Amino acid sequence: MSGHYEAPIREPLIIGHKTYHDITEDIARPIEERAGKLWWASLYAALILFVYGFGCIAYTVGTGIGAWGLNRTINWGWDITNFVWWVGIGHAGTLISAVLLLFRQRWRMSVNRSAEAMTIFAVCQAAIFPVIHMGRVWVGYWVFPLPNQFGTLWTNFNSPLLWDVFAISTYFSVSVVFWFMGLIPDFAMIRDRAKTPFNKKIYTLLAFGWGGKAKHWQRFEELSLVLAGLATPLVFSVHTTVSFDFATSVIKGWHSTIYPPYFVAGAIFSGFAMVQTLLLVARKVCHLEDYITMYHIEIMNIVIVVTGGMVTVAYATEYFIGWYSGSRFEDFTYLSPGAAVGPYWWAFWALIICNLVVPAAFWFKKVRTNIFWTFIIALIINIGMWFERFDIIVINLSRDYLPSSWTMFKPTIIDVGVYLGTIGFFSVLFLLYARTFPVIAQAELKSILKISGETYKAKEGDEHH
Amino acid sequence: MKLIKQKKEMSTTKIIYGLYGDDDDLMHGVKAFTDKGISINEVYTPFPVHGLDKALGLKKTRISDAAFIYACYGVTIGITLTAYIMNHDWPQNIGGKPSFDWLHNMPAFVDPMFELMVFCSAHLMSLTFLVRNKMYPGAKPQNPDPRTTDDKFMMEFVSDDVETIKQLLIDTGVEEITVKDA
Repeated sequence: MSGHYEAPIREPLIIGHKTYHDITEDIARPIEERAGKLWWASLYAALILFVYGFGCIAYTVGTGIGAWGLNRTINWGWDITNFVWWVGIGHAGTLISAVLLLFRQRWRMSVNRSAEAMTIFAVCQAAIFPVIHMGRVWVGYWVFPLPNQFGTLWTNFNSPLLWDVFAISTYFSVSVVFWFMGLIPDFAMIRDRAKTPFNKKIYTLLAFGWGGKAKHWQRFEELSLVLAGLATPLVFSVHTTVSFDFATSVIKGWHSTIYPPYFVAGAIFSGFAMVQTLLLVARKVCHLEDYITMYHIEIMNIVIVVTGGMVTVAYATEYFIGWYSGSRFEDFTYLSPGAAVGPYWWAFWALIICNLVVPAAFWFKKVRTNIFWTFIIALIINIGMWFERFDIIVINLSRDYLPSSWTMFKPTIIDVGVYLGTIGFFSVLFLLYARTFPVIAQAELKSILKISGETYKAKEGDEHH
Repeated sequence: MKLIKQKKEMSTTKIIYGLYGDDDDLMHGVKAFTDKGISINEVYTPFPVHGLDKALGLKKTRISDAAFIYACYGVTIGITLTAYIMNHDWPQNIGGKPSFDWLHNMPAFVDPMFELMVFCSAHLMSLTFLVRNKMYPGAKPQNPDPRTTDDKFMMEFVSDDVETIKQLLIDTGVEEITVKDA
């Protein structure tokens, strides 16, 4: 069972003179109190977007994907851009929960629950795009290798598109399991405090009868560790597989061996940016400043700087190869001298500014310990990472091997609507989650109170002097 | 931990609950009882207390061994599925990849095989965890006192020597003692 000595010099992870009961109260408060006006206003705004997006999806399904701005040259557009963007966002959650658990990073305990919720909700949005891109969504189950009566019609296991089906569905369901198993002791805490019969019933249902027995905790810790061990390669495999959708093709700018590590770094980069965006709001609204401290924010900004650096190296490599290959086609890839001054120059420079120039501000301690600038830069990275996927897909396709077919992509109102709809759907899910789920893994947090809590660290520091 | 299953043969057998307010006190209590050879029926805590499993003498859980077996099962499904579909039932020439021999075609199947391994291992291990703990949706709470998911730590004894246990509980800083008929 966890718990080790921590040097007093390390920053406390729980600020204030907290007791175990204070942690219970602080985590249960957003669930037990009535929602504020801001929450209701946000929910209504998100619902409007969601309903609009749902309407656009219904129109697409009824009319066909001709409702989008795709054409014969640019046959992947906003749909796959949004898909890759959402999958990328979904990377930080399991990384924080799994990889950082294996590295015994205690700071993850305050942020893993919400980051994982974000992962699951983001993967839900991602899944919408390839499904509706099929056109005939009612036969969407054909992507699974099911016995059928169409002769011998099997799925093609040589195709990265099928690998993607396996990778994303496994990632989604394993993330849900990992998240839910961690939630059980916290649901039990809410159940044991519930006052209304309705709440009691719901949380009894969700807590699975958990009682905190010693043997159960032992199994729980082992389960978490093994799930983390399984989820760690899974995190890296998912975006690797997504990158294979491009890297194994014969489209210039796509068939690049750098894609798997570059996509994974980019995914973590964008995932952490989204975690910052959501947690900075949740921390303020749910009054969690004592648990999600400036140290947490700073350390996540450092992860952003590191992964942003990896992405920058990948950009530089792509740009160099675009020029060095001497191929006239390579000169039109999304990161090439041709792209920088071509018709999509604005998308190219949006990518460079949002992902390369602006995040570099996090090298300065003053910026990365400033909440306002963290929020703004995180938002800019989210935009930049969307442009990265747009550039990879649209710029590369727009200038193909046949100059007569060169064209531009213009999104329709349906394209925009579906995208905004997924943002609305994601926000609805996250807002409901913030009011009904324990947003911090309180049981885990209690286990480090005496190691990383401010009061206890101060005591220990005094004893050492 | 040695689980004592005493039947209601003797009317003097009682269930004794000792409620502690701190995990360090609980650990001292557990050590005091195990030193005296008194069996603790169960301990309920709001979070995993470091070293409690060793103090209680709990055996190492075998859930990770089960996870390994489930992972092997997942890989087997992956091998069978790809070999049957791609190389046996209807082999096709796709991009020149070798389609008549699984081993040569295998690099293309690493991804789905890996995913099936993770899928089976994670899900079946979690199911095993729930079954072994007798946990299911809507199950009755297993903790006798709701405060043990908040900030209290509870030891449970089934014994007819109530006075000795009560005294030792008091000596180790217990906050509350409850005695019930077994």
